[in-house]
Amino acid sequence: MKRFIGFIKKEFYHIFRDRRSLFILFGMPIAQIMLFGFAITNEINNVDIAILDHSKDVTTEEIINKISASKYFSINQFIEKESDIETVFKKGKVKAVLNIEKDFSKNLIKEHKATIQIITDATDPNTANTISNYVNAILIQYQKELNKEITITYQTVPQTRMVYNPALKSVYMFVPGVMTIILMLVSAMMTSISITREKELGTMEILLVSPLKPFQVIVGKVFPYIFLSIINAVVIVLLSIFIFKMPVQGSLFLLALESILFIISALALGILISTISATQQTAMMISLMGLMLPVILLSGFIFPISSMPLPLQIISNIIPAKWFIIIIKGIMLKGVGIQFIWKETLILVAMTIFFIGLSVKKYKIRLE
Amino acid sequence: MKNNNVIQVEGLTKMFGDFTAVNAITFEVKKGEIFGFLGANGAGKTTAMKMLIGISNPTSGKANVAGFDVFTHAEDIKKSIGYMSQKFALYDDLTVKENITFFGGIYGLSRKRIKEKSAILIEELGLEKVANKLVGALPLGWKQKLSFSVSMIHDPKIVFLDEPTGGVDPITRRQFWEMIYKAANQGTTVFVTTHYMDEAEYCDRVSIMVNGKIEALDTPKQLKAKFEVDNMNDVFLKLARG
Repeated sequence: MKRFIGFIKKEFYHIFRDRRSLFILFGMPIAQIMLFGFAITNEINNVDIAILDHSKDVTTEEIINKISASKYFSINQFIEKESDIETVFKKGKVKAVLNIEKDFSKNLIKEHKATIQIITDATDPNTANTISNYVNAILIQYQKELNKEITITYQTVPQTRMVYNPALKSVYMFVPGVMTIILMLVSAMMTSISITREKELGTMEILLVSPLKPFQVIVGKVFPYIFLSIINAVVIVLLSIFIFKMPVQGSLFLLALESILFIISALALGILISTISATQQTAMMISLMGLMLPVILLSGFIFPISSMPLPLQIISNIIPAKWFIIIIKGIMLKGVGIQFIWKETLILVAMTIFFIGLSVKKYKIRLE
Repeated sequence: MKNNNVIQVEGLTKMFGDFTAVNAITFEVKKGEIFGFLGANGAGKTTAMKMLIGISNPTSGKANVAGFDVFTHAEDIKKSIGYMSQKFALYDDLTVKENITFFGGIYGLSRKRIKEKSAILIEELGLEKVANKLVGALPLGWKQKLSFSVSMIHDPKIVFLDEPTGGVDPITRRQFWEMIYKAANQGTTVFVTTHYMDEAEYCDRVSIMVNGKIEALDTPKQLKAKFEVDNMNDVFLKLARG
């Protein structure tokens, strides 16, 4: 036990004396959560639009007022002719142009039909889509007000209710993802680097010649990162509660247990990586390419798994992060208990056992 | 221990697939002896040494180190030996004192003993001024000497040195060998591999490995007489060219 404490103390010296690892450990989680929380967002706010109004009558003025009154859009400029549309888009600031046809009011009254064309800059397809939906919504609203007196006999009225994230805040989606990435990064990458570092330096050999048993060496190397990962998880949860007002609906205890489970599976992956790589650089490359990319792309963190091609959907099943994200989304947003996520938990447990078994086996082979 | 031998090896063999890295070597090392383990690169020195220090399992043969069998009691061997590898292997980002404390700790020394030991070591090596400096900042010669002292921190019966003087200047090499003699005089057996043939002259006995086999084993004086040459370099060349 005393040996173990000495070992851990040494490990902390390594961590605290290396600015790079300190930054990855503590700077990164905070920077990432802030970035994802504030900067990266699917919502639109104050998007610049231009208006090409061919009729300039009472109705179009009302519509334009409605649009400029919404917090989503601000009217950047009025243009006079069709050929200007291209020019404003090329300047880049304006993301959409509303093209209102000639004699709008007249058409509306006479033919009960008038047209507004919404032209969006689709270099960013998501934003373009959102803009056109929002403009549509404003127009429909206006139309309803016009037709207030008239009752239509048959009408389907969809009533939408967004549950678990009624305000559709993107931070709700990012927090579980960022937490997964950070835990993966700290646990898997940092441990694999710190173990391969000892191999590179030749100190691993010295440790193996010492009376310490190989598993004590590995546990000693890994333990500080379990501790630091848990701190990171706590910091992320606190930031999301207090800064982004994201509620944790479910049990914090369950959240903690599941996080520890995920941390252990990531650590096992880290050990596995360290057994197959000879240098710190290789370990880092394997961690980044082999772990981080799949976590970002295939875990359902940013891109929904259900809209992926089938082969990718199948591959996504072997990524522990996918299951962890399902679990923590369930706990944080839906407030579910273990009865709803036992299947995912079991998969994660099985994966963890598999990774630990594999790394023990690999480690023994290496010792030969 | 019978016959005062601290290392007793008989027909020790290591195969990697079809390749025989170490081919049935047999030798013994007496207590307090400085035993030189010579051979060209790839001759199998390091592999043989790794089997003796318990980090590589022999394929066949017998070996007894410090009274323990390498097959069955590798863990007991580890407590009785010290090891210094080719690569400088202290932690650059720990201070001199922290390194000593750490290695003392993993060898299970008590806190009091570590304190005594580190005071003695630091004084012997003249490192008082840099005791609280990071090891990374020390010149290579100092690091090497510190590394040797650290490998002896638990007063092992045998210390294994794998090319300990690689890349250090002649003065430091000289000082290093003085440290080795001192350790041997105090009863520690020294098992040392080296490339420098002048260092082979300092050993009590040397063995020369060629292609996994021990081709010669005797005192430097006898070897020179046997091969009718006047320095170890020529002995080595004669054998290696075989």
